This record gives sequence, structure tokens and C-alpha cells, in this order.
Amino acid sequence: MGRPGTGVYPLVGRSPQMTRLDRIAKPWGTRTPYGPGETWPVRVDSHLSGGLTDEDVDRWVPSASILHSNGDGLDIAVKDGRIVGVRGRAEDRVNHGRLGPKDLFGWQANHSPDRLTRPLVRRDGELVETDWDTAMDAVVGRVKALLEEQGPSAIGFYTTGQLFIEDYYTLGLIAHGGIGTNHVDGNTRLCTATAAAALKESFACDGQPGSYTDVDSADVIALYGHNVAETQDVLWTRILDRLAGPNPPKIVCVDPRLTPVASAATVHLAPRPGTNVMLMNALLHEIVRNGWVDQAYVDAHAVGFEELKKQLEKYPPEVAAEVCDVPVEQIREAARLIGTAERLLSTVLQGFYQSHQATAAAVQVNNIHIVRAMLGKPGCGLLQMNGQPTAENTRECGADGDLPGFRNWDNDAHVADLARVWNVEQIQIPHYAPPTHAMQIFRYAEQGSIRFLWIIGTNPAVSLPELQRIRSILGQERLFVVVQDLFPTETTAFADVVLPAATWGEKTGTFTNADRTVHLSEKAVEPPGEARPDLDIFLDFARRLGLEDKDGDPLVKWTDPEGAFEGWKECSRGRPCDYSGLSYAKLRARNGIQWPVDDEHPDGTERLYADGEFWADPGYCEEYGRDMVTGAPVSETEYKALNPDGKAVLKAAEYLPPHELPSEDYPFQLITGRTLYHFHTRTKTGRAPQLQAAAREVWVEMAASDAADRGLGEGDLMEITTPRGRVEAKLRVSGIRPGVVFLPFHYGYWDADDGQDRAANELTATDWDPVSKQPIFKTAAAAVRKIGDADGPSAAPTTTASAPVAGSVPPTAGGAAAEARETVGGQA
Amino acid sequence: MKLGMAIEELHRSENELYTVLLSMSDRHKVDHEVFHVTRDMASWSRQHVTELAEAGREFGLELDPEAKHVHGLMEKVRQKASELTGRESAPGLLLLADLRHLYREASGTSLDWELLAQGAQGAKNKELLDLAERCHPQTLRVSRWANAKLKESSPQVLAS
Repeated sequence: MGRPGTGVYPLVGRSPQMTRLDRIAKPWGTRTPYGPGETWPVRVDSHLSGGLTDEDVDRWVPSASILHSNGDGLDIAVKDGRIVGVRGRAEDRVNHGRLGPKDLFGWQANHSPDRLTRPLVRRDGELVETDWDTAMDAVVGRVKALLEEQGPSAIGFYTTGQLFIEDYYTLGLIAHGGIGTNHVDGNTRLCTATAAAALKESFACDGQPGSYTDVDSADVIALYGHNVAETQDVLWTRILDRLAGPNPPKIVCVDPRLTPVASAATVHLAPRPGTNVMLMNALLHEIVRNGWVDQAYVDAHAVGFEELKKQLEKYPPEVAAEVCDVPVEQIREAARLIGTAERLLSTVLQGFYQSHQATAAAVQVNNIHIVRAMLGKPGCGLLQMNGQPTAENTRECGADGDLPGFRNWDNDAHVADLARVWNVEQIQIPHYAPPTHAMQIFRYAEQGSIRFLWIIGTNPAVSLPELQRIRSILGQERLFVVVQDLFPTETTAFADVVLPAATWGEKTGTFTNADRTVHLSEKAVEPPGEARPDLDIFLDFARRLGLEDKDGDPLVKWTDPEGAFEGWKECSRGRPCDYSGLSYAKLRARNGIQWPVDDEHPDGTERLYADGEFWADPGYCEEYGRDMVTGAPVSETEYKALNPDGKAVLKAAEYLPPHELPSEDYPFQLITGRTLYHFHTRTKTGRAPQLQAAAREVWVEMAASDAADRGLGEGDLMEITTPRGRVEAKLRVSGIRPGVVFLPFHYGYWDADDGQDRAANELTATDWDPVSKQPIFKTAAAAVRKIGDADGPSAAPTTTASAPVAGSVPPTAGGAAAEARETVGGQA
Repeated sequence: MKLGMAIEELHRSENELYTVLLSMSDRHKVDHEVFHVTRDMASWSRQHVTELAEAGREFGLELDPEAKHVHGLMEKVRQKASELTGRESAPGLLLLADLRHLYREASGTSLDWELLAQGAQGAKNKELLDLAERCHPQTLRVSRWANAKLKESSPQVLAS
């Protein structure tokens, strides 16, 4: 992989220049360099199918991207009632017109011939087509029977990070306020739970402090376990354009793989998996020891500094160098860059969130920003990222183990206020403990106390850890499983009822990206067959169940997306994630506005926590915090004593060794992750020809030194085993750190040719961070052995972190079918 | 000077807490958070036992610096039993009983640390006071966890 920023590019400001580019081969497109403090130039990317031109398009329908969390503004091209392509929106604050490969090609999945178009019910062991009345009667009948027999504790919902605000808020109301169950969570538990938990620990409230525009002026960008080049590729494009311009920022990268970010980094730290807290403590140790602390800011705006300092004494760089197996000079150099930065931007993702001591590690990144006073100012961004397009909304709307509007489950006044908004009795809303997290929901189902599980827009039979266990839970006779999705999946195979849903482009709603930018996504085409929008399905369920408020009126007061949005606005009013100043009309005039949007901030809020003001007041905050090791919630009394004035909380964390360490039998550390070209279990990207061809099957990565020691080469067929299971995959000799193997988790069984074991989660362990409850996918001990000779290279892309470092492998390319248009130099 | 007695008693109760935590861990292998967190917390008690044995020397005590737990066969048997019965709802009740027991053990040990800290202050023994200030908070975290976990688990166990 070449270093970024090389090559000759069109100059900005000239008349627009149009080019066509294979965006599978060149995922980040053409450079448009810019300098610190300048505006990121516009580059409009588009792709239309079958040689169509803009003139052929009947309508352009505003939306944003749905296959990652970046929230790139785009228009959907419609011709003859079908989606025929997409075009980036030049004026959108997030992407300035750019789109990534998943945005450009992923929409084709909407038209896939194997979409679910009719409800299915299980009859004599087989799923058979039926009508909506029959399917919904089966669902409602079971819920009613269980409510009578056991009560709300029998009912669970496992949702997703890909619905809209309107869907989540309505579902949260139905589940928490109507049925009264505490068991509502999403697969966002796997992607964003630690982001929320870390922010709650440091600021006592969720809410992304920074903004993507911080890239424009930062002088140091530190990325912690965040392979942004593949997870939010348009954000990486923005960083690449800074790197190609004058006075580029320095990059610090923490990642065990040689990612595109690592290749561009001034300092690349590749610690042993499971040692992030040790590394972070050493970085903070150096920052404190060298006096790179803004003491006046800390004194005025934070609590806990003395305890943090005491804890850090135990973690000098020499100790961390040993434990993390990272050269001590690199730790010092990284600390110097971070400690002396004038405008520091930090981002964090799955390398921390899905690893051992997830929250404790992510919180140390917050600590760096607090002690260095790098909050609320241009370039001083803190971005605790998330993985899915609408993950942020599950956190806000109460569909992921939180109460709506960042209300505190442990604060009676907050619950009373929610009961007022919903017009229900306070005791109806469970608040005796934190809302049940996903892994516990599956545990209750395993034990038989949850007997009805409604799975919406997610595929746990491939995405949850230890699949053998998950399959045995979902396969129980005593568990009634409802699955609401677009396609037949590995999970629908376990369903008693399957509900066909409409998706992005086929329904209207709003969603919010990782930097609090709210987009309206409008319906462009009709859903296929009898598929229905998720909101319509929930409304129908509430109606059939006869859910009422305390006056005997229907609990859910709305009948369409805009009504649901208006309901949500009221629920959010006065809370940190305030949407009360937004409306569909406002978003139609200007799509992409950052919350909070209220009377005081009618145009939104770019950065939170300017001037050291936080939402941490005991009466207002979302959470009082948790013990960093045990996860036990901090009580209201303890919190009031610790932080009476609502300052930022510096939380120290001790390092603990990972729970599963390599052994003689399992000498490698296995980490799982993603590739640029796919999303989740490929239900959509596997049905987009250009994306599927770019990474068609599973592979395993190993370092060159490990491969050489064992006489292994590119393409050899390997068997990877852990005590939980086995996977077969072809070898890619990559730039990963020695002792670690990597498997992409995208590959399940719906399109596998044979019975081969290939889902990475056959191997992962059931273990989670006690604070955020996010499962640990990145510290399993594994064995690897060769079971067949190579008959060609593995299918791993050459353009990304899986790039080969040995052997001759043809470069990943998409050819003519992957050509997209770029227009550089236009006006926003 | 009866500080030696207090150290000996605390050494005994930390060792007991260590045993309670590890036995509980084994019994709840399929309740994954319980399994792992109790083991993480047991490492605190193990460390406390070592440090108390060290502190005891000054008072002529010969305390075992290694925390003792019945390892080997019993551990595997308990874990296996947990895997075999983990799907029934009775383990939910067993978990509540174990959490209640752990809460009482940890609270008792916490009181013993209180006694030692008070005694150390009375005797102006700075080293012993430092030891108590270092270890006591961790023992308190064990009882807080047991309390929180009980609060979180009981509604589902009792209302289903």
C-alpha cells in the first residue's frame, strides 16, 4: 500500500472536473488536499446503474448512508419506480459530496430477488407463507398468553442499529411503557455500547463531544483501535485530504494490524490484544509526569485527578512496554505527540470496545482530553465512534438498554417525567435495575424465563459470540422466536414467525450519525410485495395488543413517521439530546443538523462541553457511573458525594490480564473484525455484486514471521480452532502483529457452497465487559494448522488492512462495473 | 498489643472470601459475568492474603502467603455441574443465595479491615494503616457488586 497523499490531483476552485474511477480498486477516490482551518473541498461521487445518466433520473430523493455510522448525505436516484443509483450531497456537512464503496453499490440489495415479500409462520416444522393477519395474530396471541401466565418478564426484544428514530422510539414506548418489560436491547450492544458507557463514566451522560469538522483543524489525530479507513471510509477521506495538504496533522495509531491508518501514522503502536488499559495508563503516566496537564482546567472542571495520578504511578512506560510488547520509545513518542498537541482529535472504536476491559480503556482516552482541556473547541474533538448507521438513536430513544432522552433509570424524578410524557403509571416503566442487556436477554432465554423473543433487523445466529450456544438457545421448543427482516437469514431459520420488512429507501424516517448529525431519509420507492415499514408493524402490534395509557386512550398516539418524530421531540425536550427545535420541514430545507436543536440552538450544536460545562449534575445526569472492574452501579449517594457540582469525572482503572490467555494448545490470540467492502453478516453487501466480488469468502490473517516459522504461504487452507469450535479459511500473510490471527466476521452460511465451518463466531468466547456489557470479540486463544495446499491466493482484499506482505497476489479491482463518477471542484 | 490477632483474623477471613468467590465462580460457569467477575475479584483477596502474611511477620505471625482454595477435581466437577444444570431455572435461585452469602462474607471482611485500620491508627502504625487503606476499598467493591448483582438478578428470578 502506498502512502497517502501522493500523486497529482485536480486543483480546487477551477471549473468542476469529472472523472470515472474504479472505486473498488480506489476506495477513497481522488485527493482534494486542504490545509488547517480551511474548508474541506467538495467532491461529488455518484453511481447509476446500467449506463444511465443524471438526465435519465425521474427523481432524486434525499437520504443518508445506511451501511456504516458516518452518515454521508446522499440522494437516491429513482427511475420508473425503482432505485437506480445514488449521488452524494455536495452541501452536506458530513461528506461534502463524497460516498464510499458501500454507499455507491450497496443499494442494489434492495432489488435482490430473494427479498422476503410475505409473512411466514411455522407449520409442522416448516416456515410457510401466510397473510399479515395470521402472522400478527400468532405474535399477539403468544404475547397475551405469556403476559397472563408469567407477566412482562417473559417478553424480550432484540433489535438493531439500522432502524430509524421513529421505529426505536415507538418500540421503546411499546416495550417499556406498554408491556412493561425491562428486556429491550439491540445489536448495538456489539458495536456502540462501550462508546455510550465510556461517555457516561466521564461526563455522567451520553453524547458525542466532538465533531467531524475537528479533522479540519487538528494538528494531531490519535486513533485508538479505530480502522477508520474501513469503518467510516469517507471520514478517512477527509483525513487523507488533510494529510495531502499543507501542514498535515500527525497521526497516532493503536492497532495490532497494519491498517491504512497505521501505514499513514507517525507512530503506530501494535499492542498485544487485551492490554489496552495498560497502554493507555502508560500514555497518561507520561502526560502527567511531563506536566502536559492543564492544571487550571482540571481544578475548575474535573474531579478525581488525585486518584488518577496515584493509579498511574504503577504504570510507567517500561512496564507497559513489557506487558503490551511495544517498544518503550514508541510509547514515549506517542505520549509526546498527544501530550504536546495544540489541537488534539481522538477517535475510538472496536479495537477498544470489543476487547478486554473495554470501557476502562475507552475512558482513559476521555481522561486525556479532560486533563489536556481538549474539549469543545475546533480541532479538539473526542469521538467515541459507533459502528452502525443508527446506533446513536437506539441510545437516545430507549431501544438499547437505556431509557429515552438519556433519562436516568436510577433517578425516580426522571422515571416520573417519562411516565408523564407517556401518560402511564410510573410503576409500569421498569426501573428496578438497569435495562437488561443483550447477552443477559439471551441468558434468560437460555434459562427459560424469557419465552418470547422478537428479533428485528439483526442476525444473531452469525453475529453473537459462541454460535453453537446461540443456535441451541434459538432452537429451543419453549422459546417463541419472531424475526423481522429483509431476507431469509441464518436467524430466520429458527423463527416461529417471520415478518417481511421494508428498508432504507422504502420508508421515511430520521437517523443520527456518530457526530450527532440528524438526517431525514425519505421514502423513494414502494417496498417489494407485502413487506411493511418497521413502524407500521409496531403500530399494528400495539393496536392488536390493545395497549392503553392510564386514561384508557391508545398508548401510541401516532400513525405515521412524522407523528412519531413529533412524539420523540416532546420526549427529548429539555434533555441533552434535544430534538425539539427540529422538524421534517426543517430537515427538508437543510438535511444534516447536529443535536441539541432547541430554542436556544435553532441551527444545532457543533460541539458539546464548550467552557467546561457538562451535563453531569446529579439531578440531571443520565448515569452515576459504574465500578470499572465489577461493573456495579455507583449509587446516587456516592455520586453526589463524589461530584456534587456536576464536573467531568476522571476515572482511574487498574489493568487486569485478559480472561483467556494463549496456552500450549492454543498459542495464538484470535481477533475478529471487518473489511471495508462488507457490513455485518453481508445480508446487503453480499447481494451487491461489486462488493461481494471484492471480498467473496472468508480468510485468515497471520504475520509473515509466524507463517515462515510454520512453512505456510498465501492461500494455504487453514483450520482455526478454539475450545468452542473450528473454522476453515485460506491464509493471507499480512502486516498483523506476530502471535495474532485475524478473521473477518462477515461470513455465515446463507450463501456458503458447502457445509464448511466459516463463521468467525464459532470460535469466540461468551464474555463481556462488565461495565458496558459489550461482548469481547478480540481476545480468544486459538490454534491454527494447515489442512490443505494453496490453489491460488485467498480472497482477502489487497487494498486494506488485509493487504499481502508476501507472495504474488493480484490487486483487488472492480473493473468497469465498479466505475463511479467523481466531480471535483464544484460548489457546495 | 492485639494487632496481631486482628491480622490473623483478617488473614483468615480474606482467605475465606477467596474461597467463597472461587467456589461461586465455579458453580456459575454458565452465568458468564458472574464466572469472570468473581475470579477477577478473587485475585484481590489473594493479594490481600499475601500482604497480610507479610504484615504479620512484624508481630511474630507465620501466616501462609498463598491463599488456599480446593483446586483440581472439585473445581472441574462444579463447573461441569453448572454446564449441565445451567439451563434450568433453579440456578437462578442458587445465584441469589450465593450472592446473599457473598455479600455477608464481604461485609464481614470489610468490618475486619475497619478494625485493623482503627487499631493501626491507635498504635500509630503507618504501614499497617496504608495496607488497610489500599485493600479495604477492594473488599468494599466486592460487597457492592454482590448487592448490585442481587438487585439486578432478583426481579427476573422471583417474577418468572
